[in-house]
Amino acid sequence: MADMTGTPRDTFRLSQLLYDARYRSMTIQVIAAMLLMLSLAWLVDNTVQNLAALGKDFSFRFLWTTAGYDINQQIIPFSSQDTHARAALVGILNTLLVAFMGCILATVIGVLAGVLRLSKNFVVAGIMTFYVEAMRNTPLLIWILIVFAVMTEATPQPRDFREGGGASMILWDSVAISNRGVFVPKPLWGEGSGLVVAVFLLSIAAIFILRRVARKRQEQTGEQLPVFRLSLALFFIPALLAFFVMGQPITLEMPELGGFNFVGGIQIRNSLIALWLALSLYTSAFIAEIVRSGILAVSRGQTEAAFALGMQPNRTMQLVILPQALRVIIPPLISQFLNLTKNSSLALAVGYMDVRSTLGGITINQTGREIEGILLLGTFYLIVSLIISSAMNYYNSSVKLKER
Amino acid sequence: MSNQSTVAFVRREILPPAPPPPGQAGVVKWMRENLFSSVTNTLLTILSIYLIWSVLSAIMPWTLNGIWAAGSLSECREIRDARGLESAACWAVINERWLQLLFGFYPTDDRLLSSLFYADQLAAAGGLEAVFGAGSNATDRIAFVNAMKAELSNLTIFFFGYWRPLVAVLLLVVAVAPILYASLPRGMLLFSLAYPFIGVFLFWGGSVWGPVMVALGIVASLYIGRFVAAGYGMLGGGLAAVAAFIIIFLNPLPFIDHGGLFPLLPHVKGLAASVIPLGLPAIPSDQFGGFMLAIIIGTSGIVLSLPIGILLALGRQSNMPFIRWVCVTFIEVIRGVPLIVWLFVASTLLKYFLPPGSSFDALLRVIILVTLFASAYIAEVVRGGLAALPKGQYEAADSLGLDYWKSMQLIVLPQALKISIPGIVNTFIGLFKDTTLVVFVGLRDPLGLTNAIRATSEWNGIYWELYIFVALLFFTFCFFMSRYSMYLERKLQTDRR
Repeated sequence: MADMTGTPRDTFRLSQLLYDARYRSMTIQVIAAMLLMLSLAWLVDNTVQNLAALGKDFSFRFLWTTAGYDINQQIIPFSSQDTHARAALVGILNTLLVAFMGCILATVIGVLAGVLRLSKNFVVAGIMTFYVEAMRNTPLLIWILIVFAVMTEATPQPRDFREGGGASMILWDSVAISNRGVFVPKPLWGEGSGLVVAVFLLSIAAIFILRRVARKRQEQTGEQLPVFRLSLALFFIPALLAFFVMGQPITLEMPELGGFNFVGGIQIRNSLIALWLALSLYTSAFIAEIVRSGILAVSRGQTEAAFALGMQPNRTMQLVILPQALRVIIPPLISQFLNLTKNSSLALAVGYMDVRSTLGGITINQTGREIEGILLLGTFYLIVSLIISSAMNYYNSSVKLKER
Repeated sequence: MSNQSTVAFVRREILPPAPPPPGQAGVVKWMRENLFSSVTNTLLTILSIYLIWSVLSAIMPWTLNGIWAAGSLSECREIRDARGLESAACWAVINERWLQLLFGFYPTDDRLLSSLFYADQLAAAGGLEAVFGAGSNATDRIAFVNAMKAELSNLTIFFFGYWRPLVAVLLLVVAVAPILYASLPRGMLLFSLAYPFIGVFLFWGGSVWGPVMVALGIVASLYIGRFVAAGYGMLGGGLAAVAAFIIIFLNPLPFIDHGGLFPLLPHVKGLAASVIPLGLPAIPSDQFGGFMLAIIIGTSGIVLSLPIGILLALGRQSNMPFIRWVCVTFIEVIRGVPLIVWLFVASTLLKYFLPPGSSFDALLRVIILVTLFASAYIAEVVRGGLAALPKGQYEAADSLGLDYWKSMQLIVLPQALKISIPGIVNTFIGLFKDTTLVVFVGLRDPLGLTNAIRATSEWNGIYWELYIFVALLFFTFCFFMSRYSMYLERKLQTDRR
């Protein structure tokens, strides 16, 4: 009797590992882990054997030896007597510089192109469609090479800027575009300029505070402050006041033609300009599409509802359309920034000394440390992209619609 | 009724319809509404038209006055000056070098060319075997071929000298067509399955038995697996298929090798080749180049990365933590590092990771890396599609009693992939464009070839014409892909309103 009412005996058979849903996933994971370990061990073993056969070891000591090469584009001082580590740092800063500049310009052009592509004006929308399609469907490398060729082949030589040479500087004789690079005025920081800068930074902080205060006030009382005009005034007036009170401490050093080249000012090399412009133009096409689809994603009913509430068109844009469109726009926009940063490694094509060319190029060639160099290079890009994507995840979770 | 007399006028018939007043119809109305609706709009229109005009007036004369027949850049300039033109494109470089931009240094079929179009001279030189045979003199042969090519037109060389890549690409179109357009007969899909082997044979040449035996080996493993599965269940079938595959293709166990019997493939292949020697001249990968390279790398990357990407996306959604962790790490590491660094890994580091003494085809290395790179991106796109699917769909599949793979195959993936089509095609376009980066690891892609052409004394200093040609080639392909994705999206749209 007991046998008939008792529970099934809880014996364990080997086949349960595979056919029992309770154990199956564990079995699969253990097998996968073993296979992964085996293949990793195989790779490491191969690497050790290969390195031993070549008489190499695995160490990062090469970073502290003298680099012995020059870098033509540098933000922090660097000479050929500095270490490989510093060369890598210069390269990292160069990568970040072009990525930062590129993100800003790409956003500006992209937003403009995306909005204009939605225009009812047939000609404007047509031009923008052409622009976006041409940029998106052609490799970035071609654009970099084309812009570089424009900068080096189609711009005048410095000697053409002499009298009767046919070339002239633009923006009131302050900027010279030549095949040796673009020369722009260089600010000279005199006595007391620190104060001016401090005042300027403070006024920017004040603008942010003003916006927050204005928004709180509107939410509580419905009163609206003239935020834009106040911000504009805050932006200019205190800094200009400080500038003149301190006796104009900041002056500009203009580039001037001397001998066969320009002297004075800052020389921005054509490689940087070409990379910057090409990256921005290329990425802006993708941003334009993102902006366009973001705006289209907000249904017309939202606009109509806002108008029905009696909102002004600009307030409608600001309070109803943009917050909803931005939720759609920002995540892909950030991943475009990430793409731009990674694409800046194409600097190799025009000889811009980014981290791929210093750490991943000349340093590796000189020291023969391929594994270590590429490991560091990959880690750098990985860290940048992880930082950017975690910022994106944070944003995503903060604007996510709360559902069940 | 008395009203009738007081009403002064009542119209008794309908007026014929009058045309709308001028300015309210046709072109004028359209222009008013679209181009000049407000001051800003008018300004924008005028500005845009000015922009178009200034760009076109700068480019069109240069393009249309282009010189098509010249031997070198300096000759081009002389012709331009002689015609009194201010600027003129030197299309002659394209006219002369387009074969090189398309095929790189891929060898032409000189035997065919000479026996078809150069028969008299071939006979004078002593016939096919005397010129091209095993005992022939290399210097004489090169001189003969150069003299022949100087006489033949580029089109002749294109159609007959490069018939192998040409046929391969045409067959590729045939193989891809049934996948792209569902209205074509389904039987064509069999050809699509066979195409990889045909394509490899045409591009790389060698004995025909190589690809045939590989195909037969795969089919044999699958059939053995299926046969065993009928008796011993799925697991037994899978193990049998893997075992058969290893016996046929690989030989991981050194102690089996003593008899020299395993893997089976080389023996069978050698036997077949000795009985029926059939094949094309083998062409190593380092002679591949030009736009053909972009097509080969792009197509193989696209075909291989989609299934890997889907598996990765499923792995990332899996409820097994280890699998999920591996997939996330793989995807993030691959996506976090630029492709150019990965190509660098392929070209310099792979030799450290493989057993000492093993060598690896450079093109294959690039294809593998490009595939892995694209599959990580595909995985993210597909993950978006999976996440966008309402939870009810997963629950419905479970409640129908479908197992994991069935529910994915029948319920989840068809819908998720439909949502992800634009993203997937964008990734493919990106992959295709990224094939230009192989120039950095020493493969001769079209952009690398523009450098090679510029390095010659005839065409030193020519930029725009070459870049425009290459850009147009890529544009054509990518534009077609993006239009196709739009078509597919419209076609699969089931919730029409």
